[in-house]
This record gives sequence, C-alpha cells and structure tokens, in this order.
Amino acid sequence: MSKALLYDATVCIGCKQCEGACAEQNKLPYTDAVAAEEIQSEHKFTVVLTKGDKFMRRLCMNCAEPACASVCPVGALRKTAAGPVIYEEDRCMGCRYCMVACPFSVPKYEWNKLLPRVKKCTMCPDRVQAGKATACAEICPTGATKFGDRDDLLAEAQKRIRDNPGKYVEHIYGVNEVGGTSVLLLSSVPFEEFGYRADLTRDPLPMYTYRVLSRIPDFVPLGGMVLGGVWWITHRREEVDAAEGGHGPENAVRKESEK
Amino acid sequence: MKIKFTFWKAVFLFLMVAGFYGTLVRFTRGLGPSTNLNDQFPWGIWIGFDVLCGVMLAAGGFTLTAAVHIFNIKRLHPIVRPTILTAFLGYVLVCVALMYDLGRPYRIWHPLVMRNPHSVMFEVAYCVMLYTTVLSLEFSPIVLERFHLQKPLKIVRAVLIPLVILGVILSTLHQSSLGTVYLIMPEKLHPLWYTPLLPVFFFVSAIAVGLAMTIFESSLSSKYFGQQLELPILQELGRVLVVVLSVYGILRFEDLLHRGLLKMLLQPGYEVYLFWLEISLSLLLPLILLSQKKIRTTAQGLYLAAVLVVLGFITNRLNVSITGQESVVGRHYIPKWTEIAVTGAIIAAGFALFGLAVKYLPIFPAEGHHEKTEPRPLPATPVLGHAGD
Repeated sequence: MSKALLYDATVCIGCKQCEGACAEQNKLPYTDAVAAEEIQSEHKFTVVLTKGDKFMRRLCMNCAEPACASVCPVGALRKTAAGPVIYEEDRCMGCRYCMVACPFSVPKYEWNKLLPRVKKCTMCPDRVQAGKATACAEICPTGATKFGDRDDLLAEAQKRIRDNPGKYVEHIYGVNEVGGTSVLLLSSVPFEEFGYRADLTRDPLPMYTYRVLSRIPDFVPLGGMVLGGVWWITHRREEVDAAEGGHGPENAVRKESEK
Repeated sequence: MKIKFTFWKAVFLFLMVAGFYGTLVRFTRGLGPSTNLNDQFPWGIWIGFDVLCGVMLAAGGFTLTAAVHIFNIKRLHPIVRPTILTAFLGYVLVCVALMYDLGRPYRIWHPLVMRNPHSVMFEVAYCVMLYTTVLSLEFSPIVLERFHLQKPLKIVRAVLIPLVILGVILSTLHQSSLGTVYLIMPEKLHPLWYTPLLPVFFFVSAIAVGLAMTIFESSLSSKYFGQQLELPILQELGRVLVVVLSVYGILRFEDLLHRGLLKMLLQPGYEVYLFWLEISLSLLLPLILLSQKKIRTTAQGLYLAAVLVVLGFITNRLNVSITGQESVVGRHYIPKWTEIAVTGAIIAAGFALFGLAVKYLPIFPAEGHHEKTEPRPLPATPVLGHAGD
C-alpha cells in the first residue's frame, strides 16, 4: 500500500514546527532567518506560507508517476513502492533535467557548491520504510499534516469536504494532478493563491515523452532498411549507366543544372 | 616565425582570454557564481545555445553524407569533407560545452552504466556519444590520407556505407529528441512552441540549418581560405533549402491552425513578438530572397539567406529553451558575462580549429581534383573511389 500525506490547511495554525522537524530530519540548518524564508530552496524542503489567517504548506508532491524520475538519464531519482520519490546523489551528474521537468518546480540545486547536489523533500524514506510517519506529520500538533495510506487519506479528505459543506474548496489537490501525487491538499481558499497551479494536466507527464521514445526500437531497423535500400537502388542505377555508356539520369540532371 | 597580427586574430585572442577566465571562475567557484542560473532557470545558454544550437548547426554532416553516399548525388561531393569537418568539430565542442554545464562533469560517463531508457536525456546522451564516434570515423580518412596510412584507410572505406547509415539514423534520433526533451513540460513552455510535433520540427529544421550552414561555411572558406567557390553546388543547395523551409513552414502553421492558435499570432505580446522574429528570420525573409532567381543564383544572395536561416533557427532554439518559458517562470534570464565568455571562446575555438584543419589536412579538393571526382562507376567497387570523403 502506497503511503501519502494529507495536509488540511484549515486545521493548520502556522506554527512551522513541520519546517523545523524537516530541517532536523534532513540535517539542514534551521534558524529564525531560515524560518522567515517563504520559498523552498536547497536548505529548506518545506515551507508554511502565511496569508492573513490562512496557511498553506509547500513540499515535494512525491508524484505517482514523477516527471523528475522519468527524465533522469542515470536513474538518480526514483519512485519507491512505499510512496517517496528518492534521490541517490552518487548517481547524479548534475544535468538538472529534473528541475526543468518538475511541474511544481520542486527540485532545487546547490548552486554555490563546487560539487552540487539536487535537494528536495524525499518524504522521509527511511522513516516510512521503518513504518513511522514522516517527520513533519509526526510533529504536527494539530493533525493538519497527516500520514497514512493514500487510499485511506483520500477517503478521509472526501469525507471532510462532504461533512463540512462550504468550508472547503471542492477539490482535493493531488488526486488527479499530473496523474496523482502522494501529497493531498485541502484548503478553504483557492490553491492558486498559494502558487499551486490549477491548470495542470491530469495526464502523467512521463507519458508525453515516452510515447515518442518508445517508437525508437522500431525506427532503427526500419530506418536502416530504408537507407540501405535507397543506397542499393541508387548505386544499381549507376552500374546500369556504366554498362549502357553513361547516359543515365545522373548525367542528365547535371546537364540540366548547367543550363 | 613571424605572426601577422590581424583583426580576427585579435578578436580570437580576446575571446580565448575571456573564455579562459570564465573557465577558471566556473571550475573554481561553481555554477552559482559563474552563471545567472538559478532554481527557476536551471538551464541557460550553455544548454540553449551551446548544446541545442551546436547540435543543430552540425546537422550538415548527416544531411550531406546521406545525399552523397546514400542518395548518390555525386555533384555534391566536393563539399562533403568540409561539412564533415564542421559536424565533427561541432559535436566535439558540444561535448566540451556540456562539461561546463554539468554540475558534476566527471560523471559524464554515468549514463553508460546507469541506464534509464525512459529518459530522453539518456537517449540523447547515447546518440550524441555514438554519433561523435561515427563522425570521428567519417573524418578519419582525411587524417589517414594526410599521413599515408593505407591499411586503416582501407578498413574505414570498407565500412563507410554502414557507418553513414548509422550516422543518419543516430542524427535523426537525437536531432528530433532534443525537441522531445521539451515535451515533458506542457505546463512551462508557451503554446506557440509546445506542440506534440516538437520532435518533427527540430528534425526538419536541423536539415534546413544543415544546408544553410553548408552554404555559409563554403562562402566563408572561399573568402578566407582562398577556396574556389562551388557556386553551382550552392545554388542547388539553395533550391533544396527553399523546399525544406517551405515544408517546415507549412507544418508549423498547420500545427498552429489545428491547435487553434492562429488568432493569437495577431495579438500583441512578448511571445508573439519573439515568434514573428523567429519566423521572419527563419522562414519569411529567406523564402522571399530565395524565391527570386537573381538572388538565388548569386553567391551573396545565397550567403545572406543562409545566414538568416541560421539566425532564425538559433532564435527558435532559444525560444524553446529559454524565452518561451519566461512567462510561466515569471522572470527573465539574461546570461552572465562568464556564460557568454565561455560560449564565445567555444565558438572561436570552432572557427580556429576549422582554419587549422583546412590548412594542414586535405579538406578541400585540390586543383584539378574536380575531374577526378566525376562519377566513374566501376560495378565491382562502387563505393571505394573517394569513399572516405
């Protein structure tokens, strides 16, 4: 069963303890200055955005079919069966295609290091493997971030919308976006207000490139045959020309071009 | 030995010094301090120009070898060698540029052993690597001839046709795949450029640019290396260029029509201006020029049209890789001087290496060589004549 996170913005109090727990889990510095930063970066994998009395978390969505993993030429990013999209830094050569491909612009880069790595929330894969909740879900004092099986969390999110008419935007963000994600969001204000795109396709993005790529194995023998065939035909013509005294189409075309 | 200090040598020296300093900054301080790249714009001109345009500009290699060796169009023969030289240098320089852009260039070999067949980048990496090998083999007869190494020359000539076919297949694959790279971002790339046909557009335009670059470099060679201008050949390439550009233009506008975007082309906007800039340079102006016989048949007219085509499709690649994404990203990307310096040095190195190769290797046919390349078909050895060319 694939694990997921459900974040209910209406329950969040903006205490930012998830940010601190995330930093500790990933051995990142967490100071007051970092806490004040409202963008995800190579040293801050999750942020709690504040707009008046409304809050919203941003973190890696850990897509069901992640674009980042599909584009990585060396397989450094990988979706695990348990849910997390993990990063093996020893493989990464730093092409940054993952950053370009991510529809949520989540992967960040250590631009100021000589040997940089891609940095992003990986949904605490070690903890999930050990049967524990992610650091952010475990520390959350109000239960705004909840960890569990994706199916259970989805059912619960639907129930919350059903039981509280008018409280939520009628949409669970992450159910269908780019084929579904392992992070589900509930909110009382439109998700766009916090930078979540409302116009994302429901198709898993890897499909768009794979339907072109998957034709290559067929194309190679076909292309070879066609080109080889053309060569065979054009050079056969030449042999015939030679035998007939060199008045073939080759020479005819030349005469025409000299006119 | 006395070295003449000409204007171009001064330019070259300046570009190399600036490039060297840029290189120092890049490899001692990292990508952050040496570029204007950031988390919003992870790819800049080192990918958008050096790699995308570099590969595109080197497309003459597969176009011309296919025309001469597969389609047996012998009268194009005299320009095959300079075209292969351009292609070979182009790919080598693309690989050099990639070493600057990769965060950890010493792992450039990783795709060889850590494979992800679902990745376009993986496919491009393999194709570029294999095609650079093919090009070096296609180029090798020129070097082998120079040093009179008959035995290896014989071996290369024996496998030339399969090699050319492999080269054309690999080129078709990665020229189009550089377009496929951007298919993963329907959410980021502006609809004027994001289309499922992107791989087709990249491939067809590569052929056009391959032809234009061949005209361009032949014109330059005749000016600077005292080579006799092969005007009849260039006229013929100009004609083919008209056809390829027309096909590309029709495809491009049919695609916009079917995606309901034609109306957008008349509304003012950043992307629309860039689109028309690109279309004017790559299609409208060259087609207007080349459609007139007076222009199409002169060396200057052909040269001008070729330069426009090259500039137009460079604009296209930059629109796809950089400017077409600026709206969604919400900011502009302007390369840092170090990025420009490195790119400038790489281009300068390309010109210099081309010049050196022309000087020391049998790139252009020698005087009177023409007669020798006339088709003299021998049924028993149909491809051995000047097979390595």
